[in-house]
Amino acid sequence: MLLIHCPYCDETLPEVEFAYAGEAHIARPADPSALTDEEWRDYLFIRTNARGPHYERWRHVHGCGRFFNALRDTVTDRFVTTYRIDEPRPVLTPLEAAE
Amino acid sequence: MSRYRIPGMGRVDPAAPVSFTFDGRRYTGLRGDTVASALLANGVHLMGRSFKYHRPRGPISAGSEEPNALIGTSRGPGRFEPNTRATVQELRQGLVTESQNKWPRLSFDIGAVNDRAYMLFSAGFYYKTFMWPRSFWDKVYEPFIRAAAGLGKSPTEADPDTYASRYLHTDVLVVGGGAAGIAAALAAAQSGAKVTLVDENPEMGGALLSDPSVRIDGRGSWAWLADQLSQLRAAGVTLMTRTTAIGYYHQNMVGLVERLTDHLDQPPQDAPRERMWRVRARQVILAQGALEKPLVFDGNDRPGVMLAGAAQTYLNRYGVKVGDNAAVVTCHDSAYYAAFDLVDAGGRVAVIVDTRDQVRPDLADAARSRDIQLLTGHTVTATGGRLRISSIRVNPVRNGRVGSGRRISCDALLVSGGWTPSLHLFSHTKGSLTWDADSQTFLPRHKTEACQIAGAGRGLWGYAEVLADGVTAGMAAITEIGRSAVATSARVEGDRPGTGSSQKELPTDRSAGKARAFVDYQNDVTAKDIRLAVREGMRSIEHVKRYTTNGMATDQGKMSNINGLMIAADALGKEPPQVGLTTFRPPYTPTSFGAFAGYHRGATFELTRKTPIDPWAEAHGAVFEPVSLWRRAWYFPRPGEDMHQAVARECRATRASVGIFDASTLGKIEVAGPDAVEFMNRMYTNPWTKLPPGRCRYGLLLGEDGFIRDDGVIGRMSPDLFHVTTTTGGAARVLNMMEDYLQTEWPDLNVWLTSTTEQWATIALNGPNARKVLEPLVEGLDLSDAAFPHMSVAECSVAGLPARLFRLSFTGELGFEINVPARHGLTLWNALMESGKAYDICPYGTETMHVLRAEKGYIIVGQDTDGTVTPQDAGLGWAIGKAKADFVGKRSLSRPDIVDPNRKQLVGLLTEDGSRLEEGAQIVLDPNQDVPMKMAGHVTSSYASDALGRPIAMAVITGGHGRMGETVHIPMPQGTIRAQITSTNFYDPDGERLKA
Ligand SMILES: [Zn+2]
Repeated sequence: MLLIHCPYCDETLPEVEFAYAGEAHIARPADPSALTDEEWRDYLFIRTNARGPHYERWRHVHGCGRFFNALRDTVTDRFVTTYRIDEPRPVLTPLEAAE
Repeated sequence: MSRYRIPGMGRVDPAAPVSFTFDGRRYTGLRGDTVASALLANGVHLMGRSFKYHRPRGPISAGSEEPNALIGTSRGPGRFEPNTRATVQELRQGLVTESQNKWPRLSFDIGAVNDRAYMLFSAGFYYKTFMWPRSFWDKVYEPFIRAAAGLGKSPTEADPDTYASRYLHTDVLVVGGGAAGIAAALAAAQSGAKVTLVDENPEMGGALLSDPSVRIDGRGSWAWLADQLSQLRAAGVTLMTRTTAIGYYHQNMVGLVERLTDHLDQPPQDAPRERMWRVRARQVILAQGALEKPLVFDGNDRPGVMLAGAAQTYLNRYGVKVGDNAAVVTCHDSAYYAAFDLVDAGGRVAVIVDTRDQVRPDLADAARSRDIQLLTGHTVTATGGRLRISSIRVNPVRNGRVGSGRRISCDALLVSGGWTPSLHLFSHTKGSLTWDADSQTFLPRHKTEACQIAGAGRGLWGYAEVLADGVTAGMAAITEIGRSAVATSARVEGDRPGTGSSQKELPTDRSAGKARAFVDYQNDVTAKDIRLAVREGMRSIEHVKRYTTNGMATDQGKMSNINGLMIAADALGKEPPQVGLTTFRPPYTPTSFGAFAGYHRGATFELTRKTPIDPWAEAHGAVFEPVSLWRRAWYFPRPGEDMHQAVARECRATRASVGIFDASTLGKIEVAGPDAVEFMNRMYTNPWTKLPPGRCRYGLLLGEDGFIRDDGVIGRMSPDLFHVTTTTGGAARVLNMMEDYLQTEWPDLNVWLTSTTEQWATIALNGPNARKVLEPLVEGLDLSDAAFPHMSVAECSVAGLPARLFRLSFTGELGFEINVPARHGLTLWNALMESGKAYDICPYGTETMHVLRAEKGYIIVGQDTDGTVTPQDAGLGWAIGKAKADFVGKRSLSRPDIVDPNRKQLVGLLTEDGSRLEEGAQIVLDPNQDVPMKMAGHVTSSYASDALGRPIAMAVITGGHGRMGETVHIPMPQGTIRAQITSTNFYDPDGERLKA
């Protein structure tokens, strides 16, 4: 069972309090009707499927209820960091990227 | 005293005899024995038959790695356990045990005919032998395999025992209570850290329990051990015996299973049998020691063949000699000490066969002084005997050539192929291993968790080295968590250091193809099987494993993995690390389902949600059905009624007069705030701006993919407050989806979302007399059709209770839904029942609700939709706010595949023969086409309709909306049913009854 840090509660808590919520940093287009079918398809279905560091969303569903973002390694399951929904995507140091 | 028990030896209690049975025969052992040691004390080596060939087998080990001596144990009704390792099960009074995989009896087993059919069962036999003819699989091969193979028999009764579950937080968790673990725990505890030491055995000590002659700090090892344990207790260390670390998970979580009662003569009433601990440790110290490897040669599985270390354990820990006249075959020094202990205890060792040309002079001298014949540079090529070993065949090996053999008599053969560091838990963490060519073992390399590895687990040998390493690991652990202590050291005399070489199969002068040289005892995998797998193209050890089943038994390859790897590597002409090692996975040893389930069984398996009306329904004979986590009243049968009759009566009563229904499980969400209407416009397909307070509307929620996710009636209570209802099962999902959009896409909207599902009790009244029942109870509201028309909502008082009253209908009749605070739900229900007496008010359940709504063609999301149904498919295009620029899912509704006219669309079906269709039945357009037919859709809902006097159904059919009046076909086992496509609005199509 993972321990996950909620950036809103600022506490590290058991995985059972949280729910995974898909890939992060995929904003809903401001005007979907302006998108071509292909662009809309990409927004709906096309995901990174990363092997390694993955920007993803979690919700502290049995806690504060907030959605937040995380950088997690899909190979090791290790959380590199978690951050608030309005914060920019953290940049990996070369060392972290290599891990 | 039993024949093979040596008085004065062992840690068993000679004054405490324990009586037990094995295969119906009564035996006596001693307190402190395992089943295996007690049977061995009685001269019984034959304890089971093997899985595939039914070969006679005895215990090869003295621990949890045992692959052979698997027995069934019984502790009374419902307490039978198969596949218990006799080497682990502690003796208790009256224990009933039996051998497995034999018929009619252990000493004469018909299934052993499999052994003669050896060629048939070689590697990959599942894939080859049973390929053809196909029909033989079901009728011949599979029943045969199932009957002949298998490990023990599953119990059929429910497990009457209870299992507990606990969490534990500790600074340092030490796994393994041998010399290294004890030293590490004490070093860590001296820093003041909270330390927990666990061991799977009934007592701490590990190998020290089998080495009483070693002296530490001037004392015998057992006296030293007792002193260390009291020091650990004094230092506040938590000591847990009979506790197996089964898995090592992320962020230093370790799962422990503590066995609490299986060893007790009389378990306390209601005591849990096992307890699962989920431990979170800041530092983990793995001191699991090493596992001895067998040697691979023809006949290496005969009862009486045993690991040298196991024989040493039986002798020193249990006071049992495993034979009167033992032989030894080894490639490691450690087996010599087992032989010396046996002779020193009054036993006889005929010969030590060492595959190495040179051995340490002191060992050779010690052997000679005990009259043990020492044959270096020799091999064992066969064993004799049937149910017990009687001889070995020994051959010299010179420059790789095997000379002629001679027989040496023995009644036990002690084998040692060296030692494998036990790195199972370390492997669970995906810690990487490195191949050490010197010791021919894998050793830990890169760590992924906050752990230390100590002692034999990282290839060290001899107590002096291991104790020092334990201290080092303990110091390292406390340093990591910011503590310190003074390192200590121990002085060891009579230490037993050792080294060895490594073997694949032992060399032989006979045809290797005929040798029954077992690598995996439990799965009956031989060296020949592994070589065959390589010849047939398996290159990776993972493929070899699956093809041969090597390492796939309940011992998870503890004995077989390295030997299998060495043989596969040799066959491939590669170095072992290039062939790789299969992954160890949790649990470390077989673990009961009960331990995993813990408290989550029976009534506490998952919670049951009950509405405030539930006690009334129960008292009035409701039959319940589960709906998501809720239990809901399904129907209310009267005496003598079956379900069909009850539902027909409930339907009739509701349409004729009035029915009452507990709708409290409906999901409810309050959407509040200045931007509530904007939020609703963006979430739901419908337009909300012009919906005035006091009115409600059917709302449809899509995913961004355009498919229906949920629906429900939504009331506008005030300009900035919506009372949203959702499906019973969708409540949490819808709230999550709303929160997602609100928090992450539209944080600028000033809206608050609150789940109120459990705050409101909701009661639906439906039927032409619904108003007459309700009206006398309502204050502050004119209920007339003119003042409170269909799709109205208001706050008022009902039966003196504050209420939110909806006029809406899910039945096609005049209908109301009354929401009151949940605590008043039952009061309201009783008031309505009282008021409804004059109208023969009829309580109805979910089944009648389903029938009534289907008669009107109202969909149930999740039944008539399946996540691929659009509003147009469901005939709900009218619910889309065409003028809205955007809402969730709108863009998808113009995707090419969504506007395809041949999509499956929801329609009604009426069978020509008046039969009731099966929900889920597949529909075809042409019944005369070739099989497999092209499916055109399926039945989503089907009921007997009292109102229509015939069965009705709903279905999704390709291009269904354009096929009104057409006939489709539903092929069923009894024959093909013809049905006509109709509208889904079967009853009162003009909706006159709603307007009453
Ligand atoms: Zn939180």
